[in-house]
Amino acid sequence: MSVNEPGGGQRSNRTLVRRLLLVVVAMFGFGFALVPLYDVFCDVTGINGKTNRVAEQADGLVVDQTRWVTVEFVGSVQSDLPWSFGPNDVKMRVHPGQLSETTYYAENLSDRAIIGQAVPSVAPGVAAKYFRKIECFCFSQQELAAGARRDMPVRFVVEPGLPPEIGTVTLSYTFFESKNQPDAEQDHSNHAKFGVDAEA
Amino acid sequence: MTSVAATTDDHNTHHGPAKGLMRWVVTTNHKDIGSLYLWLAFIMFLAGGAMAMVIRAELFQPGLQFVRPEFFNQMTTLHGLVMVFGAVMPAWTGFANWLLPMMIGAPDMALPMMNNWSFWLLPFAFIMLVSTLFMEGGAPNFGWTFYAPLSTTYGPDSTDFFIFAIHLMGISSIMGAINVIVTILNMRAPGMTLLKMPLFVWTWLITAFLLIAVMPVLAGAVTMMLTDRNFGTSFFDAAGGGDPVMFQHVFWFFGHPEVYIMILPAFGVISQIVPTFARKPLFGYTSMVYAVGAIAFLSFAVWAHHMFTTGMPLAGELYFMYATVLIAVPTGVKIFNWAATMWKGSMTFETPMLFALAFIFLFTIGGFSGLMLGVGPADMQYHDTYFVVAHFHYVLVTGAVFALIAATYYWLPKFTGNMYSEKWGRIHFWLSTIAVNVLFFPQHFLGLAGMPRRIPDYALQFADFNMISSLGAFVFGASQLIFLCLVIHTIRGGSGKATDQVWEAAEGLEWTLPSPPPYHSFSTAPEVK
Amino acid sequence: MLLVIKKLGSLVLCAFGLLASSVAMADYQLNMTPGVTQVSRDVYWLHSLVLVFCVVIALGVFGAMIYSLIYHRKSKGAVAAQFHENTAVEIAWTVIPFIALIGLAIPATKTLIELEDSSDPDMSIKVTGYQWKWQYEYLDEGISFFSNLSETSRAAAALGQDPTGVENYLLDVDNPIVVPINKKVRFLVTANDVIHSWWVPALGWKQDAIPGFINTAWTKIDEPGTYRGQCAELCGKDHGYMPVVLIAKTEEDYAAWVAEQQAAAAAEASGATKTWALADLMAKGERVYATNCAACHQPNGQGIPPAFPSLVTSPLLGQPVAEHINVVVNGRPGTAMQAFGAQLSDVDLAAVVTYERNAWGIDSGEIVQPAEAKAAR
Repeated sequence: MSVNEPGGGQRSNRTLVRRLLLVVVAMFGFGFALVPLYDVFCDVTGINGKTNRVAEQADGLVVDQTRWVTVEFVGSVQSDLPWSFGPNDVKMRVHPGQLSETTYYAENLSDRAIIGQAVPSVAPGVAAKYFRKIECFCFSQQELAAGARRDMPVRFVVEPGLPPEIGTVTLSYTFFESKNQPDAEQDHSNHAKFGVDAEA
Repeated sequence: MTSVAATTDDHNTHHGPAKGLMRWVVTTNHKDIGSLYLWLAFIMFLAGGAMAMVIRAELFQPGLQFVRPEFFNQMTTLHGLVMVFGAVMPAWTGFANWLLPMMIGAPDMALPMMNNWSFWLLPFAFIMLVSTLFMEGGAPNFGWTFYAPLSTTYGPDSTDFFIFAIHLMGISSIMGAINVIVTILNMRAPGMTLLKMPLFVWTWLITAFLLIAVMPVLAGAVTMMLTDRNFGTSFFDAAGGGDPVMFQHVFWFFGHPEVYIMILPAFGVISQIVPTFARKPLFGYTSMVYAVGAIAFLSFAVWAHHMFTTGMPLAGELYFMYATVLIAVPTGVKIFNWAATMWKGSMTFETPMLFALAFIFLFTIGGFSGLMLGVGPADMQYHDTYFVVAHFHYVLVTGAVFALIAATYYWLPKFTGNMYSEKWGRIHFWLSTIAVNVLFFPQHFLGLAGMPRRIPDYALQFADFNMISSLGAFVFGASQLIFLCLVIHTIRGGSGKATDQVWEAAEGLEWTLPSPPPYHSFSTAPEVK
Repeated sequence: MLLVIKKLGSLVLCAFGLLASSVAMADYQLNMTPGVTQVSRDVYWLHSLVLVFCVVIALGVFGAMIYSLIYHRKSKGAVAAQFHENTAVEIAWTVIPFIALIGLAIPATKTLIELEDSSDPDMSIKVTGYQWKWQYEYLDEGISFFSNLSETSRAAAALGQDPTGVENYLLDVDNPIVVPINKKVRFLVTANDVIHSWWVPALGWKQDAIPGFINTAWTKIDEPGTYRGQCAELCGKDHGYMPVVLIAKTEEDYAAWVAEQQAAAAAEASGATKTWALADLMAKGERVYATNCAACHQPNGQGIPPAFPSLVTSPLLGQPVAEHINVVVNGRPGTAMQAFGAQLSDVDLAAVVTYERNAWGIDSGEIVQPAEAKAAR
């Protein structure tokens, strides 16, 4: 048997090892590729309630006057961020396709300026892809001076394509402390992460 | 000088082992490396077992008697990591090293140098992992599944050492797997076609492909953790646009095939042992091979059944439920085939057969609870309770570990040339099998009654079953010391010389070699008809 | 050898038999609870169905194996047959289980669809997991409170204590969540730090609480009662010490409870303006400390260094009150010390700081009034 002999065996071993190493490298890359793939998958299916973090347009939507959808608003703050944050309206009834506006408040309870980043989430998850935010404080980072309080608007549309069995949609924001803070603000790259200027 | 030294080396590697400690450091011989793997696995099995004893001692009674909750969490984490990466996986690699060349009629593994490296990475990985126990802030305490953000933003400082240890283990496993594939595909004796290979070889070939497919994904996951912790990325951090649930997807994309990496070689071992002691050929060899292939293939498509409660959309839950229960079909085929192999056989019950039978019965129970867990709505109750703990210990302890013990009894006479003590083998079997059921069966009840996993203390209504379970654990732990003594006794002479054939009806190339086999298994390739 | 098989067989059968008949023993249970909602009963029924399915297959397969272990043994003179394949049999035992599994999948699909249908609720409650407590916010009623492990359980859970005799040990909280029966209640579940999982077995499901994301689940409870559960996802040191207690009340009782909560919130607000005596602040502060601080800094203030420093020897004691309040409100970034500003009212804050500067023999005599706490925030 030829493969059992030194010369030929060595060469075919080397070829096979090389191919297997390629598989290893490809799978290592695949692990990282799962990140964007997962995002694409979430966008398409709306799983996990991931919703848009950049502004969308409200154009071309027809208002469905015959149907009402209840939109609930909730807000949370991550424990290491000393802010008070929440919706000014608890809920709102809207027609699909109708442009609506509400506001959230945020107050910095500490004695230093802090930059926060709000992360939006929509429940139920399938409703996420029918929920368009036209204007939102989550598109950019928010800086609050010590003790400052601010009302921040959200303009949104629920698309008429929302499955008929969904009567209530919840819009949730969680404020996190941003990784780049005012005193260590040399690096502006994170600010522009979502393509919108921080002070917008 | 140099040329003389080189000649001596050459001489050694071709005709016999070097002397002294250096033999083990520089060895490229498949049997030496196999022994090193097996001893490392045994030591890690005892270390992980000692951690399990701490866990069961703390859970013996309600209230905190011995350890604080933060140390308890370190114990559950390290117990899982040590048993999975330190005991079961290296033990299978050890058997692969010993047996594959002998089973396919080759002189050694295809890549002996790489074999040496892949072993010697492991001791360093485990010294690093266990040393985290002595670091300020303690060892990793976030479970062997290390979900973000508990392991990233909230992990102890030692997490970075944990990540490095996982990288070393991953590299070691990948090198080992490449070696197995190259050996099996390139080194078979003339006439040994793929469909004539023993099932242990088949299951290891498929396992090796699983390893090179998913270990790099695990490496990717821990690399992302590392950069999240230290270099400001946000793969798993919602604040920066990441998603903690995505960590679970990446982890279980590795994690589900990983459980098959631990169990497929066990299927191979049982498929070798049962025909020998039933004196009857394995029933449905071809369907066994296809079933293993099907299980391995499906294992890539079911990972999110570990995540039914994370808020997946309905369509995702339905898909993962269907795919998961589908795995019951090829698994069932294997059980039916083993039963049919025994049917109308002429059976005897030496210790390897006893452990193999216990495997078939008890692994099947683990399979049943696995099917129950796969049913999505019911998993909403079972998930993260002791029912899950009972399930995966039936699959991994009475499954993978029992198969490893069966394999040890079955091949140890061949490896050492000495028979083990049948009497002590039986004592070990009875103690282990009774104790392991006392240990894990009541955990089903605990889980169904609502006891979550990974808690250091529990409500009073869980007290009785926890005490029973702990008693079983202590007996099971102690009976493994009998096993240790028995293995040492056999190496030192045991109860007499073993024949070359060892077992009356054993079939396969390894039994055509002397017991113990020569340093290089087949210098001239045997002819397989 | 016969004994082995008998033992194994009887163990398995006996255990499954016990499970299937759901024998309820005095103070422990063997089987899943059927629960108090339609969903939980459906889940229980599905669980029973799969269990029976498994037991029937086990009887067949184990029975055949045990038969052959008894009769096909060499010592009984059995001679091995040499057959090793049979296509018809192999196809049969592939196809029949497949069809049986489809039979299982149909009811499972129905129940899953039911579980996920949280549309059109009568009311919504936001549930937030913290290390290591729960927060409940009633969106429409404006009620919001934290739910911590009860003080009796907390005291009995210390190292070396015997919890025997403590009622509902580790399954009791200070402020349980209250819901009305016969109403569709939707839960919006999220977390504040790490992943938690909100679980009451009597409702039939658990739902992971994930920081930054919101998950929904729902229930409609049939009978009034107190239902207990626990956090089900490892969330750090005190994962075993954050129970969930849910009380279901009739609609009238629930309305009364809501009114009571709203009145209590108003009283709390008025307390913020009055001047408190040291003894009252200490009493209040002890409770605030027990529920918010004791898990890490320990009931005796000694902490578990280095992760959780001692408060008795803290350098903060030598510094102005405002600095002390600052640490409690803002936390210490980069350490396990959270920012408690949003969780504590002015009264709570004043009380706990007063307590920490006077308890454990420190006796500084310093009193912090709610108004000062408000100013120092």
